[in-house]
Amino acid sequence: MKQPAAVLGTGQTHHKAKRPDVSMAGLCREAIDRAMADAQVGWDDIDAVVMGKAPDFFEGVMMPELFLADALGAVGKPLLRVHTAGSVGGSTAIVAASLVQAGVHDRVLAVAWEKQSESNAMWALSIPIPFNMPVNAGAGGYFAPHVRSYIRRSGAPEHIGAIVAAKDRRNGAINPYAHLRQPDITVESVQASQMLWDPIRYDETCPSSDGACAVVIGGAEAARSVDRPGWIHATAMRSEPTTYAGRDQVNPQAGRDAAAALWRQAGISDPLNEIDVAEIYVPFSWFEPMWLETLGFVPQGQGWKLTESGETALGGQLPVNASGGVLSSNPIGASGMLRFAEAAMQVMGRAGDHQVDGARKTLGHAYGGGSQFFAMWVVGSEQPE
Amino acid sequence: MRDVAVVGFAQSRQRRRTDGTTNGVEMLVPIFAEVMGGLGIDKRDIGFWCSGSSDYLAGRAFSFISAIDAIGPVPPINESHVEADAAWALYEAWIKLQTGEVDTALVYGFGKSSAGDLRRTLALQLDPYTLAPLWPDSVAIAGLQARLGIDSGAWSERAMAEVAVRSRRDAETNPYAQLAGSKDVDELLAEPYLADPLRKHDCAPITDGAAVIVLAAGDRARDFVERPAWITGVAHAVDSAHLGARDLQASASAVAAARNAGIDGVQVAELHTPFTHQELLLRSELGFGADVRITPSGGALAGNPMFAAGLVRIGEAASHILSGSAGRTLAHATSGPALQQNLVCVMEGRDR
Repeated sequence: MKQPAAVLGTGQTHHKAKRPDVSMAGLCREAIDRAMADAQVGWDDIDAVVMGKAPDFFEGVMMPELFLADALGAVGKPLLRVHTAGSVGGSTAIVAASLVQAGVHDRVLAVAWEKQSESNAMWALSIPIPFNMPVNAGAGGYFAPHVRSYIRRSGAPEHIGAIVAAKDRRNGAINPYAHLRQPDITVESVQASQMLWDPIRYDETCPSSDGACAVVIGGAEAARSVDRPGWIHATAMRSEPTTYAGRDQVNPQAGRDAAAALWRQAGISDPLNEIDVAEIYVPFSWFEPMWLETLGFVPQGQGWKLTESGETALGGQLPVNASGGVLSSNPIGASGMLRFAEAAMQVMGRAGDHQVDGARKTLGHAYGGGSQFFAMWVVGSEQPE
Repeated sequence: MRDVAVVGFAQSRQRRRTDGTTNGVEMLVPIFAEVMGGLGIDKRDIGFWCSGSSDYLAGRAFSFISAIDAIGPVPPINESHVEADAAWALYEAWIKLQTGEVDTALVYGFGKSSAGDLRRTLALQLDPYTLAPLWPDSVAIAGLQARLGIDSGAWSERAMAEVAVRSRRDAETNPYAQLAGSKDVDELLAEPYLADPLRKHDCAPITDGAAVIVLAAGDRARDFVERPAWITGVAHAVDSAHLGARDLQASASAVAAARNAGIDGVQVAELHTPFTHQELLLRSELGFGADVRITPSGGALAGNPMFAAGLVRIGEAASHILSGSAGRTLAHATSGPALQQNLVCVMEGRDR
């Protein structure tokens, strides 16, 4: 019933605070053209296009996939628009994969993007909503209490966030596409940066980026024409409400449920030992130890110890965000797909200077909303049985 | 392909204005209860959820986040969302069922158009660099399309008025319709233009509304209902965004979707046509003769809940199968300016 599917190629833009040199269409095409070249496919090979991005208010265009239909090469083909908040880049890749797994298409192009310089994301996220607490402080203000709660619950020392920030920015410095590239950043310099939303400092915060990411996903036959495709071993999505009585916002059940379903589907019983690289959606530094726990890499309360030990750095037991992650580039709608694509690049052996030697099974992870929408996949160098 | 069917459908009353939020919750809660109650299931029986809605229509970011409160998704659910009419959410759910990961899915769409100025809101779907700054609104663009067909002789103002009369008289037997009943053609043609050559009767009303469909695969579908509406084909496609670069009197994407879905032998076609001339265009493009009953619900011209109206078409077409009043039916959904994007879903009943 379910057909095998694999990543045939990936592409991404150079991410910057502002890309005035390209239109929205040009931004998408920069990523798409690289992905199609990487997958060695032409437009005739693409059966369908799936586009994802975060709220349309970020660019001021309603359902921009409609005006982008020509630039996305979708004219005459099925074009599907996915929007699942910050997890959307991951969800978009999963929907594209399911089009192949369903046996409906042979090759599908997925693209996710955001051109945040077109607007003010903080404003777009802060429109008053009846019966809802306002999020006037933007995402950082929303998540800071969750981080504070994590520190209290786990007893983590205050410098853990700075360790993550310094590591991810140094990783970003060896990724030619990263927005922020800070090879000289240190734990001490992060700790000296301005406090924005206590306990989150300026250097522990993701940038606001223009950027796009694309992947070409194909079936078993299409994968045969590609050198080292990235086989999709498992996908999972879970959602829960923003608020409900007793909700654990630090370690949300939707995240735990998605991870459990993912590992089960991938046949993985010991993720810490079986996963070689993890690309985890970490927009604020502290989310690395938090998500390490939610994902089940370590028991609850132990995530910060793995980070502190250096095992999540390049060369460690589980390199996390070898690409520099969301802390180095954050075109919101694309950030999830970047995690998925970077995970695939590792098992395809195409990650360049941030390649982790011998990566055979990797994780791509994205989350969105108030830590309530989760999308994840496991990709591998071998076709799953 | 795996056998997948529509087994349940519910819709809200289509109304010019409702009092609820733009999150759809007030419209969705009663129809979730209706469709699940009718099948004797609760939320734990649903393997996958997918919705269609628009942030621009709701005037806020992430309107679907609040909409899931209508589900009460605790424990968490396997869920996705499309920024499009929920007919495309049904497509994503159908795909998910085809992977074999789940056996049931619930699809919903909602739109509260009364919260804003719909004509101007939809103008923001246009190319933001070259077209949207001129603010051609959705009715004006449809008017240009109607004018092309009138000038070429493809259709006439009288034929358009006949579509309006039939739609709104059909709607007299649709308890959910916003508008029902109509004057005669000659009386309608004596009315002033709204956007030449479109008169008010040529345009769908502005509607608040929501709809929900339950899909199930194989034996699960047979367990739920006596006569599932089996989906024999569902496909969609998009045309160029550049209004000057495509033939507005044709619909290549609708034709492609129909070809891929396989539409031979349909007895009923529920077409999602917010403007009268668009029905004439699609009937011609899809080759429907007098043997195909067109949009017996009254269609979008009798009530057009944005982001749900396409899903309503699928529900209405499925209802003919579920009730046994037809053997093979077609539903169509559209999105974007001047029929830019089109989806076709064909369903049939089978003897046990």
